[in-house]
Amino acid sequence: MSEVANPEVLLFASTTQSFLEKEAPLSRLRELHAAGTSFKADWWRRAAELGWTSLLVPEELGGGSVSGDGVQDLALVAELAGKTVAPGPLHPVSTVLAGLVEAPENHEETIESLVSGELVASWAVYEPGKSWSPLDATVIATPTATGFRIDGVKDRVEAGAESGILLVVARCDDAVRQFLVPTDATGVRIEPQRSVDLVKSYARVHFDGVEVDASAAVGSAEQTAELIARQSQIAQVLQCAEVVGILDTVLGFTIQWGFDRHSFGRPIGSYQALKHKYADLKIWFEACRATTRAAVAEVAAHSPGAEMAVSVAKSCVGERAPGMVQDCVQLHGGIGVTWEHDLHLYLRRVTLYRSMFGTPEDHNLRVYDLTKLGPRASWGLESAS
Amino acid sequence: MTETTSVPTETAESVDEFAARARAWLGSNMPRIDVDNPPEADRGEDAPWQRARELQKKLYEGGFAGICFPLEYGGLGLPIAYQKAFDNEARGYEMPMILNTPTFTICAATILDTGSEDQKRQHISAALRGDEVLVQLLSEPSGGSDLAGVITRADRVGDKWVINGAKTWSTSAFAADYGLMLARTNWDVPKHEGLTMFMVPINSPGITLRRIKQVNGSEEFCEEFFDNLELGDDAVVGEVSEGWHVASRQLYHERRAVGGGSEFASGIGAEGKTDMPIDYVELLEKTGQADNERARELAGRALVHRAVREQLIDHVYHGVLDGSLPPAAGSIIRVMHAEIHHLEFDTVLALAGSSGVVDVGDDLLRYGERYLSRQSAALGGGTTEIARNIIGERVLGFPREHAADRGVPFNQVKRNKS
Repeated sequence: MSEVANPEVLLFASTTQSFLEKEAPLSRLRELHAAGTSFKADWWRRAAELGWTSLLVPEELGGGSVSGDGVQDLALVAELAGKTVAPGPLHPVSTVLAGLVEAPENHEETIESLVSGELVASWAVYEPGKSWSPLDATVIATPTATGFRIDGVKDRVEAGAESGILLVVARCDDAVRQFLVPTDATGVRIEPQRSVDLVKSYARVHFDGVEVDASAAVGSAEQTAELIARQSQIAQVLQCAEVVGILDTVLGFTIQWGFDRHSFGRPIGSYQALKHKYADLKIWFEACRATTRAAVAEVAAHSPGAEMAVSVAKSCVGERAPGMVQDCVQLHGGIGVTWEHDLHLYLRRVTLYRSMFGTPEDHNLRVYDLTKLGPRASWGLESAS
Repeated sequence: MTETTSVPTETAESVDEFAARARAWLGSNMPRIDVDNPPEADRGEDAPWQRARELQKKLYEGGFAGICFPLEYGGLGLPIAYQKAFDNEARGYEMPMILNTPTFTICAATILDTGSEDQKRQHISAALRGDEVLVQLLSEPSGGSDLAGVITRADRVGDKWVINGAKTWSTSAFAADYGLMLARTNWDVPKHEGLTMFMVPINSPGITLRRIKQVNGSEEFCEEFFDNLELGDDAVVGEVSEGWHVASRQLYHERRAVGGGSEFASGIGAEGKTDMPIDYVELLEKTGQADNERARELAGRALVHRAVREQLIDHVYHGVLDGSLPPAAGSIIRVMHAEIHHLEFDTVLALAGSSGVVDVGDDLLRYGERYLSRQSAALGGGTTEIARNIIGERVLGFPREHAADRGVPFNQVKRNKS
């Protein structure tokens, strides 16, 4: 998402893009799906070697960004990944790292393993039957002599079955805390959950008397709400950035189709009814790009306006993108609803992202509440008329 | 008299330094306003225009007029970042908002692109001094979107041009000094090739002006009738028969301005109370819906889209500037302006409920009344249908719509059945 300007960023972008084109083409996605696999562990290690996992991590913890702005660089990776709806745990690993680097004490080794790609982590934040409410945890962490005992159930944990460690949101003495829990700990049981995506898998995770050391806690009780906010923002802007990459690609080939496909002796893009639909796709694509860029910049700057900007982007992109891809299906005609055509691979991913980490409706409510807290209607700058 | 400060010439002043100087100057020279309750500036009345001229004069004398207009024509010749910084400082001060469009963002911008050196020196600086208000005389009663099909005629008689015909939808022409008027000077060539743009003094003998009353009661728009109006060659803007080129520049500037993407606008904010952004929080409290989740969600969605529109304006402006988007992408802003306007008016109508349609004394009937002229946003400044054609054809490159008048001498083109 960054304004690709400096030569190192250009090089990073082109390396990332050629890696994705060669190692994660759409045909690979179909093969993984056919084999019932989410992603290959060695593939992820090679992605990590390219630097994908180090971007949010400061150099003293073994990381480093390309442009000096890790969030911008990571959003660029997500956007490029969207072009081929790449598999892999980029989002869960980045989300966990976003929290750990803000409270790295006792977690230096975990960070190192995540950066190297040896370890995959995911954020266990959702709970069964509840919509997006990251601070509302019923999983309980009970203090013990040596640490904590964790009991309860989480679900919709991305790549839960592929993860070696989970960052679990739990209630502890009336405070919300986060704990790193290895998935091979006694009492952890993982049940896979299907998603609409071809390869992205989720999991319900049961914690039955799982014992962890005191050092498993991430950050202090006071710090936790802020960490969770940061993790949420990273998860949400990565979704938006990936969707921008998806829309860019889908619009690209759908516009080309408008020139190539002929009906009644004319390219279909010459018909005004379709031309106007194409115009709307272009308008909303630029809107999604604009709002995502703005959100990425705010998150990168740790700005106080980041939460608002992210909710604005997440609402807009979440609401518009699935309908836009559906319009692209319509513009393709019958071929667009076949398994053979690639459109559904993209449609699946944008549909998944629409509703994860807050629906557009959830974020609309958040934007209203933040507006109520802040400088009212003057926010968002200008007049309605 | 207002204090005059000048831009230091020895070193380029940074944006921050400029903003600091603007802050100090505004504080001691411009009237403060309550941003939540700005003074009314109904474009259909005379007084707001007199006020705007006075305020513009103050800005000019203070050295803050025409920030992005060239120095030689009375501006400051600075990049848009300076204008944005000034706008930011000027929030909370009374600004001549109604001069922005069309005077500065469309008319002066077009004169800068296509006018003669004399016209630039005369009209741009006069507008920046607050001495001239400029309008567009383009649309005609005979047709809206087909702008090049104008039938107002300019006939060569001796060394004069004699104008006959009618123009309509000119914003606040009653308050203006000059208008950019498109007329047909050659009927034997295809429609785009026989047009010429003229700079017309509005208070000339030979012009009769009439107000148009709109659904919302506004009388800002005018209709003008030309009966043997005489103009000299110095009134021609650009070249004779090149009027379409000039008009195209106006349309280009208009599309950017309508959405809020012009560097020639100075000051941001509402033109008056009726132009204020809807305060959804206040509305929900007033209607007892502060805890209603459905109402909050609807309002939140409108706020999201309001913010996205602003982000899009910025994105498209810079995209056109850096070449990642073609100039025609200004139409993206134009359509989004209408989309968000519609969404906001639909939302507020829903939230106001029956108070929006029957006056129960809570001042919400105005939202029902505003809803009645909702489509203005999709019509004024060129319809959204035309804007979508432009995006489809000139941004995405799809084949142009069929036109039965293309390449046909205008006197053979079929016109309205009367």
